[in-house]
Amino acid sequence: MADDDLIIQVRGLRNQFGAQVVHDRLDLDVRRGEILGIVGGSGTGKSVLLRSIVGLQRPVAGDITVLGRKIAEMNEEERRLLEQEWGILFQDGALFSALTVAENIQVPYREHLGLSDKLMDELAALKINMVGLPMNAGTKYPSELSGGMRKRAGLARALALDPGILFLDEPTAGLDPIGAAAFDELIRDLQRTLGLTVFLVTHDLDTLHATCDRIAVLAEKRVELVGTMSDMLKSDHPWIREYFTGPRARAAATSANH
Amino acid sequence: MSGPIARLELQETDAGLLIRAVGEWTVRHVRDLDEPLRALSPQRARGRSAIIDLKRVSRLDTAGAWLLHRTNEQLRLLGLQVSYHGETPEIRTLLGVAEACDSGFNLRLPRQSIFVEQSERVGGYVVAGAMEVRGLVGFFGVLLHALWRTVKSPSRLRVVPLIHHMERAGFDALPIVCLITFLIGAVLAQQGAVQLQRFGAEIFTVNLVAITFLREVGILLTAIIVAGRSGSAFTAEIGSMKMREEVDAMRTLGLDPMDMLVVPRVLALVFMLPLLTFIADMMGLIGGALVVWETQNTSPGVFIVRLSEAATFWTFGVGLIKAPFMALMIAMIGCYSGLKVTGSAESVGQQTTQSVVKSIFMVIILDALFAVFFTAMGI
Repeated sequence: MADDDLIIQVRGLRNQFGAQVVHDRLDLDVRRGEILGIVGGSGTGKSVLLRSIVGLQRPVAGDITVLGRKIAEMNEEERRLLEQEWGILFQDGALFSALTVAENIQVPYREHLGLSDKLMDELAALKINMVGLPMNAGTKYPSELSGGMRKRAGLARALALDPGILFLDEPTAGLDPIGAAAFDELIRDLQRTLGLTVFLVTHDLDTLHATCDRIAVLAEKRVELVGTMSDMLKSDHPWIREYFTGPRARAAATSANH
Repeated sequence: MSGPIARLELQETDAGLLIRAVGEWTVRHVRDLDEPLRALSPQRARGRSAIIDLKRVSRLDTAGAWLLHRTNEQLRLLGLQVSYHGETPEIRTLLGVAEACDSGFNLRLPRQSIFVEQSERVGGYVVAGAMEVRGLVGFFGVLLHALWRTVKSPSRLRVVPLIHHMERAGFDALPIVCLITFLIGAVLAQQGAVQLQRFGAEIFTVNLVAITFLREVGILLTAIIVAGRSGSAFTAEIGSMKMREEVDAMRTLGLDPMDMLVVPRVLALVFMLPLLTFIADMMGLIGGALVVWETQNTSPGVFIVRLSEAATFWTFGVGLIKAPFMALMIAMIGCYSGLKVTGSAESVGQQTTQSVVKSIFMVIILDALFAVFFTAMGI
């Protein structure tokens, strides 16, 4: 595979908090236009991996290359430009509580682009529609929204600058099954229409079945296995077997096949 | 490259208006295209049709697609036949997104006139203030009931938390209370002496320090320090427990938060504030005595003699009597505000600020009431 098709390359990543090593010599590739699901038991550092890639967590060692450039070697201006290439959806949306949903979406426009108020309103309305929120959600404050709506609003903000890469941290956690399925579908739709590359941290087997092209399993401080769902099912690693063929996995697989 | 990255070329042809989009029509580059596109109007279009040519678009995102779609709609509403020309499948998909997601919208919060807004705010404060008083009076009743139950069956009293809060609110406050009251005592004596010297009455500095400190300053300073230190801590502690639903969990386990959280804190403060005030009084007098000794060469022995002439038991008692009442007020407001916390972390911060402001205010109100009362009693 050509190197410019690798959007994100992680090589020899090591993360450590005090004496506790989270990642050790971890390698991972994310290809252009795919949805890569990251799974792993609690405490295996899925979110830490996401935070390292987007630069919120400084790794102890290792190289992270995004769009062909090493993050560690960038100066502040290059970092700022790169940050506009990706959007991040945090676990609970991480919307600014003092701003309405529309104002939240407009924050990057205001900060980086200086668009006119009218155009910002139009674009915010477009994003609100794209993530399937009702239009009256635009004038609401995050505290007035349900958990599922907050996630959609967070996704709208992540998509404000039309990034090519989307990072999602447990997008369906805390949603009811119907809301979660709708959110999976939304991610899949947006990924297809906008040609996004999606890096998706999840616990949700249904999400893995419904959306992911490839799955990376974190275990024992590194990526234990990367591949499609059928690769996962063939693996004889005990944790992977337990995870993908346990009782809940069978239910998810059945519902995905229907 | 010359010129802007995203460009718009307009051309009048026999077939109608030709709008050619050139370059990167992405959110980063469309800023200057917005106005010209909005200004497109039929005077410029001789024919009855318009073509939007997309052949030279190198990159398009949803923002660019939105502008194209909006222009399309705008011209169509003016009665033109509009068609796209030369679009790739990717561009068609994005135009589809823009079309599907086009809807009437109103994203601005309705704004009222400033007069209405301000009246509304004042009204809101008045109602909130009244509700607050009502809530506090209600809470006072609940607290008295809880205290009465504790008196009836002393085994309900949580001794370990009581001792813990006595240490935190009382013992740990000693350094700051001592330092501040010592300094204020010294300053009071020094400033008082300068003024009294003009009348040749510097001998009365001792009276000044003794009476102001024992009656008013000692207790007020201590109460205000404790309100800032412990009242806020009570609110923050109980508030964060409320936020994490620990208080609700307590209730479901058959534990009364009044017994578990409120009574120990209130009793701890009621026991400790008089003690702190006593020490504060002593430190203030020591501060005053040192200044008097230094500036007027009055030995400490003479200071004590003059002190016993200036201050009676009641001068001292008037200050100390106020302490438990103020303690009750501070602890009650602190706990009440903590229990009022709802859901979010902002609420904890808000209530903590409120709690300190309210308890300091109430301490001063109480002090004023006591002053009136003692004057009436002739003490």
